[in-house]
Amino acid sequence: MGMTMTQKILAAHAGLESVEAGQLIEARLDLVLGNDITSPVAIKEMEKMKVDGVFDKDKIALVPDHFVPNKDIKSAEHCKCVREFARRNEITNYFEVGQMGIEHALLPEKGLTVAGDVIIGADSHTCTYGALGAFSTGVGSTDMAAGMATGKAWFKVPGAIRFHLTGKPSKWVSGKDVILHIIGMIGVDGALYKSMEFVGDGIAGLSMDDRFTIANMAIEAGGKNGIFPVDDKAQAYLKEHTDRPWTIYEADPDAVYDAEYTIDLSQLKPTVAFPHLPENTKTIDEIEQDVAIDQVVIGSCTNGRLDDLRIAAEVLCGRHIAEGMRCIVIPATQKIYLQAMEEGLLKTFIEAGCVVSTPTCGPCLGGYMGVLAEGERCVSTTNRNFVGRMGHVKSEIYLASPAVAAASAVAGKIASPDQLD
Amino acid sequence: MKKAAGTVFKYGDNVDTDVIIPARYLNSSDPAELAAHCMEDIDKEFVGKVKEGDLIVAEKNFGCGSSREHAPAAIKAAGVSCVIAETFARIFYRNAINIGLPIIECPEAARGIQAGDEVEVDFDTGMIYDKTQGTRYKGQAFPPFMQKIIDAGGLVNYINAQ
Repeated sequence: MGMTMTQKILAAHAGLESVEAGQLIEARLDLVLGNDITSPVAIKEMEKMKVDGVFDKDKIALVPDHFVPNKDIKSAEHCKCVREFARRNEITNYFEVGQMGIEHALLPEKGLTVAGDVIIGADSHTCTYGALGAFSTGVGSTDMAAGMATGKAWFKVPGAIRFHLTGKPSKWVSGKDVILHIIGMIGVDGALYKSMEFVGDGIAGLSMDDRFTIANMAIEAGGKNGIFPVDDKAQAYLKEHTDRPWTIYEADPDAVYDAEYTIDLSQLKPTVAFPHLPENTKTIDEIEQDVAIDQVVIGSCTNGRLDDLRIAAEVLCGRHIAEGMRCIVIPATQKIYLQAMEEGLLKTFIEAGCVVSTPTCGPCLGGYMGVLAEGERCVSTTNRNFVGRMGHVKSEIYLASPAVAAASAVAGKIASPDQLD
Repeated sequence: MKKAAGTVFKYGDNVDTDVIIPARYLNSSDPAELAAHCMEDIDKEFVGKVKEGDLIVAEKNFGCGSSREHAPAAIKAAGVSCVIAETFARIFYRNAINIGLPIIECPEAARGIQAGDEVEVDFDTGMIYDKTQGTRYKGQAFPPFMQKIIDAGGLVNYINAQ
């Protein structure tokens, strides 16, 4: 029986000729990731293990990004714990404020994630690196601790759902609309325990930033990972960002899939996930009543990359956000921040009435930098709209693309750029 | 711990990690401190009512969302002896096994058991007994590899024993 792309990567890292869905394996890890929320717990667990230190100081990435620059004393203590661990163990890839970015935007940019890797991260959006043809998945702190200590992790080999993407998306449709459409179609547990493998000629028309966004939200459909073929665009990205060699794996022609879907990208419309689940999607033309908005957030590991900021700036250029609106723009890494500055995007944002922040996950999880009050509504380019996710339990989050978020900031209600004057 | 027995707190589909332990409390990693806010955004009465040994029973996709191990840690530190659900989100499932919080997938039990029922679980056999309703269910047994981690008391002990 043939293997899926994910199964081939896992087999190679388990030293096995073949694996099948449901099989329990132990796989060698190419990278172990943690942030300022999950690493302190992992460090505490690792200290209980009878090991001398980390398995490989070059294959661990520690990225304080959730509550940095430190939002309060307790967060500062967490960051201090991670910093001291990194120093003690001479961790090569520790990223201090000033170098850090949101982990899932930062690691590919730094060339630490390549095609064919097996990567675990103590953050659910670790699945992002599937855009580069890696197997990467989110785990908890204890798995991270075991990964740092042993360089290995146990996995149940996943089955897969295959998504054939065809056609070219229209002007204001992006990777975010593609993944929201898919989650709306299969539900928040539609890919539970499974790989989401994306194939088809439609992929060529998606930018790398679109693909990162799509793979990033595989977890929002319950997926174990999302993965893309390593085409010319992916290889060009790798060449530009890394010196590490990579390996291209392709699914066998006779690989077995639990389900298959075909999505014509040219038929997709800007899509918004209504409270309180990412599966509650409506296309922009299905929204019958005006939804007035108090705040807009453009950023996060899902949509804080350069393409996202360019699209938002294109919408905001020469316009001003609605009276009473707060629009928070967060470039995901220092490099993106600098590029956005050099391209004049930050000027556009500020002139339009937005604030621009240092990289942080802050508002996405209701940490800081844009917490919502009771009854407030936010259009956000982030990934979850659960009850209380961004603040008060009676606040509401509408997930959307940077184009829709920017247009909504201008209109004061949910809107697409086409609906602006 | 081979058995669980207690009163049931019942929830529906897609109980996410943000309601199990909201991120505003993640500036702490102390299980007792986290337990004081467990389920706060979905059930304000949970923390006041939960007793050592009580169970959580929920429907589909329990623990979806974030990878925060703080979620199963908060549930365990609150005194919950077992979580029964129709299905679990995969990271929560891993985390629960790794930290030694007993969990059982059993769609029939998840649907049949009601809030406030007195329930007993035998982990050796996977049998779930609803004493209030007089019903019995058979939960799914763990694969031997996972059972070894659970028996060792979590992944850290399992690795140390190897």
